[in-house]
Amino acid sequence: MKILVCISNVPDTTSKINFTEGDTKFDTNGVQFVINPNDEFGLTRAMWFKEKQGATVHVANVGGTATEPTIRKALAIGADEAIRVNAEPIDGFYVAQQLAEVVKNGGYDLVIAGRESLDYNGGMVPGMIATLLDMNFVNTCTGLEVDGDTVTATREIDGGKEKISTSLPLVIGGQKGLVQESDLRIPNMRGIMMARKKALTVIEPIAVTAATTDVSFDKPAAKGAVKLIDADNIDELINLLHNEAKAI
Amino acid sequence: MKPDLFEAPDYYNIDDLLSEEHKLVRDAARQWVKRDVSPIIEEYAQKAEFPKQIISGLAEIGAFGPYIPEEYGGAGLDQISYGLIMQEIERGDSGVRSTASVQSSLVMYPIYTYGTEEQRKKYLPKLASGEFMGSFGLTEPNHGSNPSGMETKYKDMGDHYLLNGAKLWISNSPFCDIAVVWAKNEDGRIHGLIVERGMEGFSTPETHNKWSLRASATGELIFDNVKIPKENLLPNKSGLGAPLGCLDSARYGIAWGAIGAAMDCYDTALRYAKERIQFGKPIGAYQLQQKKLAEMITEITKAQLLVLRLGQLKNQGKATTAQISMAKRNNVDMALTIAREARQVLGAMGITGEYSIMRHMMNLESVITYEGTHDIHLLITGMDITGLNAFK
Ligand SMILES: Cc1cc2nc3c(=O)[nH]c(=O)nc-3n(C[C@H](O)[C@H](O)[C@H](O)COP(=O)(O)OP(=O)(O)OC[C@H]3O[C@@H](n4cnc5c(N)ncnc54)[C@H](O)[C@@H]3O)c2cc1C
Repeated sequence: MKILVCISNVPDTTSKINFTEGDTKFDTNGVQFVINPNDEFGLTRAMWFKEKQGATVHVANVGGTATEPTIRKALAIGADEAIRVNAEPIDGFYVAQQLAEVVKNGGYDLVIAGRESLDYNGGMVPGMIATLLDMNFVNTCTGLEVDGDTVTATREIDGGKEKISTSLPLVIGGQKGLVQESDLRIPNMRGIMMARKKALTVIEPIAVTAATTDVSFDKPAAKGAVKLIDADNIDELINLLHNEAKAI
Repeated sequence: MKPDLFEAPDYYNIDDLLSEEHKLVRDAARQWVKRDVSPIIEEYAQKAEFPKQIISGLAEIGAFGPYIPEEYGGAGLDQISYGLIMQEIERGDSGVRSTASVQSSLVMYPIYTYGTEEQRKKYLPKLASGEFMGSFGLTEPNHGSNPSGMETKYKDMGDHYLLNGAKLWISNSPFCDIAVVWAKNEDGRIHGLIVERGMEGFSTPETHNKWSLRASATGELIFDNVKIPKENLLPNKSGLGAPLGCLDSARYGIAWGAIGAAMDCYDTALRYAKERIQFGKPIGAYQLQQKKLAEMITEITKAQLLVLRLGQLKNQGKATTAQISMAKRNNVDMALTIAREARQVLGAMGITGEYSIMRHMMNLESVITYEGTHDIHLLITGMDITGLNAFK
């Protein structure tokens, strides 16, 4: 089985979010980047297939040179090879078209992407890849078993789970559940040493246009001050909710 | 203990001066400490026990001989990577870092640098994987700062050496599989010998009731007519310069390690100061607390730049003993001062095991003493700049 894990390079959740150039660009200064958590669950599941069932695992990312540390980390965790499409990931449609090209040329049986990335939370890329290539697609995937060409996948649905039987070639939008947090791997020294020698191929993007442009970003309004009202003083609470907050 | 919320400060974007691989190595060590050290370390420090279950993890993140070439089981990394690993481990606990320092710089380094090819092949891969743990015996009951006066000695018996004497304050001694021991021959010349657990007449009693480095095991090495095979002598360097060469390597790692302890104290104090309300405001809003915190981050930043430059020099093989002394002295003192200030920021909470600060503070009392005391490093700098020896 040949697996492609699509990795996006996202700010760590503890990063301070700021914008530059008149609120049109994300300010990366001092920001730590990590493998998108949903992708990391997928990568870890891919490692499981590699070790338990035998599979080749490639990772792909659409991004500039700055994303290479994240890609190298995926190699240190155990992916066999990496591909970086040398382009800024302008929007979901742009990224999906670039990745679909990688999938087409690489002949992958299984494409594991994250349900959504932690930066823009678009949640569109895996579905678009599947559509562009006419592959089967399971979104919000929390469990994946492969036996030959037959796939049993678990999908999170409103208030429960759905078990699906499908077949390769398949694209999934994965998330926690594919593996648990405690299964995530820290690259060990041997992995880091081996990652030095693994191929990280840089390819130029295909000529496609993005569907959107960012006009501006706004941060959520700062939290207001909190007023604590004594539990015995219900009248005061009602008064404030009515006259000050105008909520009731 | 509180969950480990550590966020590493990097006030001068020093990360931009590190390579991709440096950061990968550092972040792996950082993640590992958060996952495997922070949740258990307080309990082990409280019960004064070394957490042996983390040995394999230490080996996996490359804490044992990261700069030893790959053919001997090391990772072939540079000195800055070594420093960063030490920083991250000491962020967790100086005692755990001590175990890693001893294994890397005081056991693997001398075997690699002064040993034969057979010794390298026999010991280094097992030390790198943590299958063997090592200790380093230089200090004696009557000779601490002045190791050249050592009394431990060996005699050439024809087909073997006979070793007699005792070493005190030896990290890892109670559980070590091998010890690199410094002893004088019949001509009074210092040589290194590899002593293996199980050799008759060799014992390693533990030193109890320490208030510092409680999660690291410290003890004695006692040699009562121990027969040492001749092939266990490290042949390629003798004299005091041989053990001092190991100390250079370990002190360099400590200069980085101390920054980790300081970062942890600063980060804890900063978070606490922003959350703790007194007189209607977070205590971080008062100038006195801001002074403490601002001075802490200033000193940490200076220390980071000091070791980064020292690491570059070390990579080029140009770092001098005196330069290493300066960094060890400055950075450990910086960390100890920060630990004391940070402890006060936390008020009474600062004395509990809920937070790591008091543990760091107590640990650093050993770190400022071992591998050359604070005073001795000053004398090294003094001698270097004046050309005049003030030791005796
Ligand atoms: C937890 C721990 C672990 C250790 N691990 C090891 C280990 O693994 N292997 C090992 O070999 N050793 C180890 N040591 C020993 C350590 O290196 C010594 O304690 C250190 O070198 C100081 O020696 P001392 O304790 O005998 O103090 P002393 O040398 O007696 O010094 C006492 C005081 O006198 C000062 N002093 C000494 N000489 C002078 C001078 N000429 N001028 C001015 N002041 C002076 C010192 O600065 C110090 O303040 C460890 C120590 C500790 C606490």
